[in-house]
Amino acid sequence: MSKTILEMRSITKTFPGVKALSDVNLDVREGEIHAICGENGAGKSTLMKVLSGVYPAGSYDGQIVYQGEEQHFKSIRDSEHKGIVIIHQELALVPLLSIAENIFLGNEQARNGVIDWDETRDGARKLLSMVGLNEDPDTLVTNIGVGKQQLVEIAKALSKQVKLLILDEPTASLSEKDSQALLELLLEFKKQGITSIIISHKLNEISRVADRVTVIRDGRTIETMDTNQITEDRIITSMVGRSLEDRYPSRDANVGEVVFEVRNWNVFHPQHRERQVIRDVSINIRKGEVVGIAGLMGSGRTEFAMSIFGKAYGQKISGEVHLNGQKVDTSTVDKAIRNGIAYATEDRKTYGLNLIDHIKHNITLANLFGVSKAGVIDDLAELDAANDYRKKTNIRSSSVYQVTGNLSGGNQQKVVLSKWLFANPDVLILDEPTRGIDVGAKYEIYTIINQLAAQGKAILVISSEMPELLGITDRLYVMNEGRIVGEMPTSEASQEKIMRSIVRAEGKAS
Amino acid sequence: MTTETAPTGPSAKPAQSHELTFAGALKANMRDYGLLLALVLIMLFFQYFTNGVLFKPVNLTNIILQNSYIIVMALGMLLVIVAGHIDLSVGSVSGFIGALAAMLMVGWRFPPELAFLANPIIAGAICLVAGAAIGAAQGYIIAYHKVPAFIVTLAGMLIFKGLSLAVLSGKSVGPFPAEFQLLSAGFIPDVIGPITTPFIAENGNPVVLHTTTMVIAILAIVGMVFFSIRTRARRKARGYDVEPFSLFVIKNVVITALVLFFAYMLASYRGLPNVLVVMGVLIAGFVFLTKRLTFGRRIYALGGNLKAAALSGVKTERTTFYIFAIMGALAALAGMIYAARLNSATPKAGQGLELDVIAAVFIGGASALGGVGQVAGAVIGAFIMGVMNNGMSIMGVNIDWQQMIKGVVLLAAVFFDLYNKNRSA
Repeated sequence: MSKTILEMRSITKTFPGVKALSDVNLDVREGEIHAICGENGAGKSTLMKVLSGVYPAGSYDGQIVYQGEEQHFKSIRDSEHKGIVIIHQELALVPLLSIAENIFLGNEQARNGVIDWDETRDGARKLLSMVGLNEDPDTLVTNIGVGKQQLVEIAKALSKQVKLLILDEPTASLSEKDSQALLELLLEFKKQGITSIIISHKLNEISRVADRVTVIRDGRTIETMDTNQITEDRIITSMVGRSLEDRYPSRDANVGEVVFEVRNWNVFHPQHRERQVIRDVSINIRKGEVVGIAGLMGSGRTEFAMSIFGKAYGQKISGEVHLNGQKVDTSTVDKAIRNGIAYATEDRKTYGLNLIDHIKHNITLANLFGVSKAGVIDDLAELDAANDYRKKTNIRSSSVYQVTGNLSGGNQQKVVLSKWLFANPDVLILDEPTRGIDVGAKYEIYTIINQLAAQGKAILVISSEMPELLGITDRLYVMNEGRIVGEMPTSEASQEKIMRSIVRAEGKAS
Repeated sequence: MTTETAPTGPSAKPAQSHELTFAGALKANMRDYGLLLALVLIMLFFQYFTNGVLFKPVNLTNIILQNSYIIVMALGMLLVIVAGHIDLSVGSVSGFIGALAAMLMVGWRFPPELAFLANPIIAGAICLVAGAAIGAAQGYIIAYHKVPAFIVTLAGMLIFKGLSLAVLSGKSVGPFPAEFQLLSAGFIPDVIGPITTPFIAENGNPVVLHTTTMVIAILAIVGMVFFSIRTRARRKARGYDVEPFSLFVIKNVVITALVLFFAYMLASYRGLPNVLVVMGVLIAGFVFLTKRLTFGRRIYALGGNLKAAALSGVKTERTTFYIFAIMGALAALAGMIYAARLNSATPKAGQGLELDVIAAVFIGGASALGGVGQVAGAVIGAFIMGVMNNGMSIMGVNIDWQQMIKGVVLLAAVFFDLYNKNRSA
């Protein structure tokens, strides 16, 4: 058995109001490929950020022992200096610089600040051959595909004398062929003695390349499996085995006929015309029903919802939206809202709120018609409406004049909900309605969802937290790679079943 | 946190109205009062150092006339900046429109069937439409083709600078017809007739007041007090907190006194300048636009968070387009006021004005990042710059020093604004 290269002991990391990691242990042996599995939000990325110094020493509890010494990384530079390199899911390349420039970015081959271009190109060529990428180092990164960009990232890591390579979802946006090539490369590195940590959802890939697997759930280490113990079943059970407890208000569904229907929906990527993001998706929601869409990150759920809502995402969109039996026009956000559709975003800070303005203005923005006549806003009617919804959704603030940027995540989310409730839609699409908020606020939001359903609204919930979907919905669709790969009543659903339909779809695709 | 916090319906018992504490209400409006206070202090400063010239009726009238075109453009620029854009072309556009006005009324010899185009009212209307069209063209490129406003309007600045030179063939054109000059040089007629007061002016003669000006001022005060009492009563009746009665009274008394003072000053010279009437109507209109119209609300929303506004159904492109069209029309109006004031159009007219206009809006508290800014602030900001220009000129401060001092004031105003914001956040 080879020696341990990295040991993370009792790592605990708290964010305001949320305990992201509690007492996590991880040990990685020299020269192995170690996989980390877990649901979205389980704490995998947080753990890697602790390791690489994105969260500096002192901002977490616990010990990091690397190559036999305790480490206190203050920044990514510190950890890279020791040979720990992390490659994030979103690639950190500068598109309009060349491959060679990107590889040596921040680590330029220069003398006294003057770049030596010959050395840069030669060095880049050598590194590119190590990752098996046959491209001119002067090619701009924007002109090569995602798979090749991933290889450039790895070449960049190699240029830093990497000893421990961390890959966060490296194959999430790669084609099957590129994924295979990447996995081969990892196995090749292993022979050269480079240790890798790979975070992945793709269990078939993990069982192929990983020597050991650590499963994280709810910010805790569940178990570490050795090579002979690794099976997809066991990983799934470890990933999801959590009791539902009383985290969800009881739901008394009173479901009517179909209100909302999307038929044969197809969407292409906004930048890459030929890349189809959503493929022939058809769903329906009944009156008073809460329907969920389960799926992994990047499965196309948000893209699907946003493309319905006024074509806010994508291009070459085709398909039909029916509301109450009538085909409706949702080609602009304004039309979608007027036709009774609302979409509460997964990213409230970027897409949901005007953070520099106060609660009142945020709540009424999507329905200014409701508080105005002939374009003139009735101050007091607006104030009444804002106060009404502040009370209904239980927003904790000094008044409706508090700036939303100063509210907690849970209260911000309630402002977003209030905005869409005030728009009085028939169909409410909630994208990750409880992301990043504490348990108490989550319960309040679930209660509001129940009340809305009881009023006869049709509700679509997109969530990466499977227990949440199982706890609050009546029916579930499972989405993977832009397709609906499963549909089941929640009463018959389980996390294993959902995971299996995703994994089965992945298998089919490969 | 427990499940007891789950929401219930709106509570049945009606809310009780409260008066905020004096200090609390004062603090909440500190920014607005602070800016006004700064203007008053600057005026008092120059009143002292110009040996009382600043507050002479003729000088106060002059300050208004000198700054009218800046203020007119600052109103539009406020919308542009709140929306998160900038317009560098307004100075050149105003100059070009001044040139166009001069050529229409004086320069071009129209055949008899087109002679009506030289009529000051028709020419003025053409100029306004031309300005709006210029703004709309720039706005179209900015809004729908996403070319940064900085670049589009920088190009506009060069284009219209060149165009005014071309239209005027490099010469000054004037003088304007008497009717057109009234825009800048005229005063409202005293329909009631002057009254002689028992006060004695410096020249030893009794002060003769322009009565109509005083009547308009008093009517304006009555209207303002009436509306503020009504608003307060309505808020109270609906159970909302109101500012303490003492502060409410003080505020109204102070504003009344200020308005009466300035009205008296203007009335003891030649009365209300026409251009102040135009400005007053525009300022009131823009306050209403920004505070009460859905259009105004959408400007703040898209400046605060463009993506969130778009996902809330705000037609961000169309709104941006309209903002620039409005800016163009206001630049046209300003150009005509400027030309009427000089009584000729010159190829150099309007150059550099955009910087004064932008400075006024930023001194008035608007954020360069968009989403923040008030009409009142922009107007006060313009007057702060205007009073400083005027005061320093009377004191005989050299133009080089004037420039530097204005630069320092702009920097200091924005610096303190950000400093206060960071401290309170």
